[in-house]
Amino acid sequence: MRSALSSTFALFQKDLQSELRTRYALNALLMFVVTSVATILFALRSDQPSPSTLSGMYWVVVFFTAMSSLSRIFVSEEERGTTMTLQLVASPSVVYFGKLIFNAVLTISLTVAVTLLYTIVFSEYFIIKSSSIFFATVLLGSLGFAAAATIIAAIVAKANTRGTLYPVLSFPILIVLLMTVMNATTKALEGAPFSDALEDFQILAGYILVMTGGSFLLFDFVWKD
Amino acid sequence: MIDFELTVNGLTKEFNRRSIFRDLSFTLAFNESLAITGRNGSGKSTLVKTLCGLLAPTRGKVEYRSGGTMLEIDDAKHKVGLVSPYLQLYDEFTGLENLLVLSNIRANGTSDHDRALHMLERFGLGSRQDDYVRTYSSGMKQRLKYCFALLHTPQALFLDEPTSNLDAEGIEIVKAVVREQRNAGFLVVATNDEQEAGWCQRRIDLG
Amino acid sequence: MTYVKYGSIILITLVIVAGIGIPMSLEPAGFFEFPLIPGLEDKARNIFFHVPTAWTSVLAFLVGTFFGIRYLRTKNIEDDYKSVSAAGLGLLFCILATVTGALWARFNWGTFWNWDPRQTSIFILLLIYGAYFALRSAIESDEKRASLSAVYSIIAGLTVPFFVFVMPRMMAGLHPGARDDPSGKGPLMQSGMIAGNMRVFFYLSLLGFTLLFIWLLNLRIRAARLEHEHSRQQH
Repeated sequence: MRSALSSTFALFQKDLQSELRTRYALNALLMFVVTSVATILFALRSDQPSPSTLSGMYWVVVFFTAMSSLSRIFVSEEERGTTMTLQLVASPSVVYFGKLIFNAVLTISLTVAVTLLYTIVFSEYFIIKSSSIFFATVLLGSLGFAAAATIIAAIVAKANTRGTLYPVLSFPILIVLLMTVMNATTKALEGAPFSDALEDFQILAGYILVMTGGSFLLFDFVWKD
Repeated sequence: MIDFELTVNGLTKEFNRRSIFRDLSFTLAFNESLAITGRNGSGKSTLVKTLCGLLAPTRGKVEYRSGGTMLEIDDAKHKVGLVSPYLQLYDEFTGLENLLVLSNIRANGTSDHDRALHMLERFGLGSRQDDYVRTYSSGMKQRLKYCFALLHTPQALFLDEPTSNLDAEGIEIVKAVVREQRNAGFLVVATNDEQEAGWCQRRIDLG
Repeated sequence: MTYVKYGSIILITLVIVAGIGIPMSLEPAGFFEFPLIPGLEDKARNIFFHVPTAWTSVLAFLVGTFFGIRYLRTKNIEDDYKSVSAAGLGLLFCILATVTGALWARFNWGTFWNWDPRQTSIFILLLIYGAYFALRSAIESDEKRASLSAVYSIIAGLTVPFFVFVMPRMMAGLHPGARDDPSGKGPLMQSGMIAGNMRVFFYLSLLGFTLLFIWLLNLRIRAARLEHEHSRQQH
C-alpha cells in the first residue's frame, strides 16, 4: 500500500517535471484561456452580463481549455512509445491515480487562471459575493472534471483521430457536471447562503466518487492492449 | 539457486480475429534460455509482449512462479527486464534521470543511485549521463534501454532485436550481459539473426 | 424468433390501425371510442408511437451496455456484435423519439424544442450514441474497439442516475409526470382521463416495439456475424 502511494507520487512528479520542461499542455492551456476570454469580451462588449451568463461563460472557457490539454497526459505517452515502459514499471491503478492527480492539479490551476482573468476583465460584474460557495464549487468541479477527463483521455489515446474525438466523447459525460457547477457558480455570484448550494455539492461529490470508482475499475481494460 | 520459472500453456493471440500464434506451450526454468525466431511479421514481438504481461493473450496462460508460488502479473513485472524497439525512454529527461525516475515509479527498493551510475558506466554512457536523451544517437538510446532493463537485476530478461543500432563495442557488452543472465535467471531473445539465436539453448520458430 | 417477428408485426399493425382509426369523443361510450382531451385532441394519438420509441432507445442502451460488460468479462467478440447491434438500433429509435417528440412539442407547446428535462435527456442520449459510434470508427483493432467502446458506454451509463437528480432542478418540466406538474401525472396518464382502452393500446404498443427491437437486434447480430465471417475469409 505504502509502495503504491509512493509509486503514484513518483509518477505524478515525473509528469509534473516533464510538463515543466516541455510545456506541452501548459502553453496551449494559457493561450487558450487568453484567446477564449478575449473572444467573450468582444462578444459581450456593450452588454451587462448577468451572473448566470458569466457563470456559464466561465465554465465554457474551462471546458474548452481543458479539452485542449487534459488528453496530453496519455496521448504524449502513446505518441512517444513510452506507454510500454510505464506498463512495465507500474500497475494500472498507479498509472490511473498518478495521471488523475496530475490532471486535477492542471484543472485547478486552470480555474485559478480563469478566475483571475475574469476578475480583471469583468471587474464590475464578476464579483464573488459568496466566496465559500465559489471555492467549494471550483474545487469539487475541478476534481469531477479531472475524474471524467482522465478516463476519456486514456480511451482517446488509443484511437486515431484524437484531437477532435476528445471533446466529442467528453461532453456527454461532463454535461451533468457542467450543469451543476454553472448552477452553483451563479449562486456564488448572486451571493446566496452556503446552505443553498449544499445539494449541488452533494451531486458533485457523488459524481467525483462514481467517476473515479468506475474509471478505476475499468482502467485496466483501456490501458492494456 | 533461486527457483524462478515461466510456464506458458496453450497460448494463443489473435488480432482482428486473425491468429498471430496458436497454442504455444513451454516452460522456462532458471538458467535456461530460449530464442524466438521467425520472419518479419510472424509475431515475435507480440509473443515477447505477451510473455512480459504487456498484452493479454486471447486464450491460454502465462504464469510466473517463484519458489513454487504463482506471482500476480504486476508482481512478476518487477522481476522482468525488457529491451524492445517498442519500448522508449523519455526524451526530456537525462539518461540518469530516466533510470532514477523509472525506478522510483517501480518503487520496489532494489535499485538505487549507485546501481544506476554503475549501469551507465558499464554501457559506456557515463560521460553522457547528464545529457538529455533527445541528444542521444539511436545506438546510445539502445544502450540506455539495456541500463533500464537491467537496473533492477531482473530474473527474467527479454531481448527483442537485441543488437539493433549497436556498434561492435555495444554488441560485445550485450554478449557479456547474455552470459551473465544465464546465472541470474532465464533469458529470451527474439531475433532474425542466426548468430543471436545461437546464444540460446532452445528455439521456437514462429514461421 | 418467429413468434417475436409475427408478434411485433401484428401488435404494431394493430396499434397503428387502432391508434389512428378509433374515433375520439368528449364523452366516450364503449371500448371503441377514445376520450377527447381538450388541448390535446387528436395529437394525443402520438402517445402510441412517441413513448414506445423513447422507451426502446433506452432499452437498447441498457442492452448494449449489458453486452459491453459481458464482452469485457469474456473477451468473446460475439458479445461485441450484440453490443454494437443494440447501440445501432438505439440510435435509430432515439432519432425517431426525438423527431416524434419535437413534432408533438411544436403543435402542443408551440416550439420544436423547449429544453425540458426529458427533451434534454433524449438529446444527451443522442450525443452519447453519436460519440459511441465516432469512437468506434476511430479504432482499427477489433478487440481494442470492442473493449474501448464497452468502457465508454459503461462510463456514460454511470452519469445517467445524476440526470434524474440534476435536471428537474435546472429546468421546468413540460412532460406529464414532471415535478412542476401539479397533478403529478398529466392529462394523458391521469387515471380518470386516460381511458382504460387507451391504456390497453399503449401497453400493447410498448410490447410491440419491444418485440420489434428484439427481432431487429437478432437480424443485425446475424448480419454482423456473416460480415465478419466474410472479411475473415478474405484474409
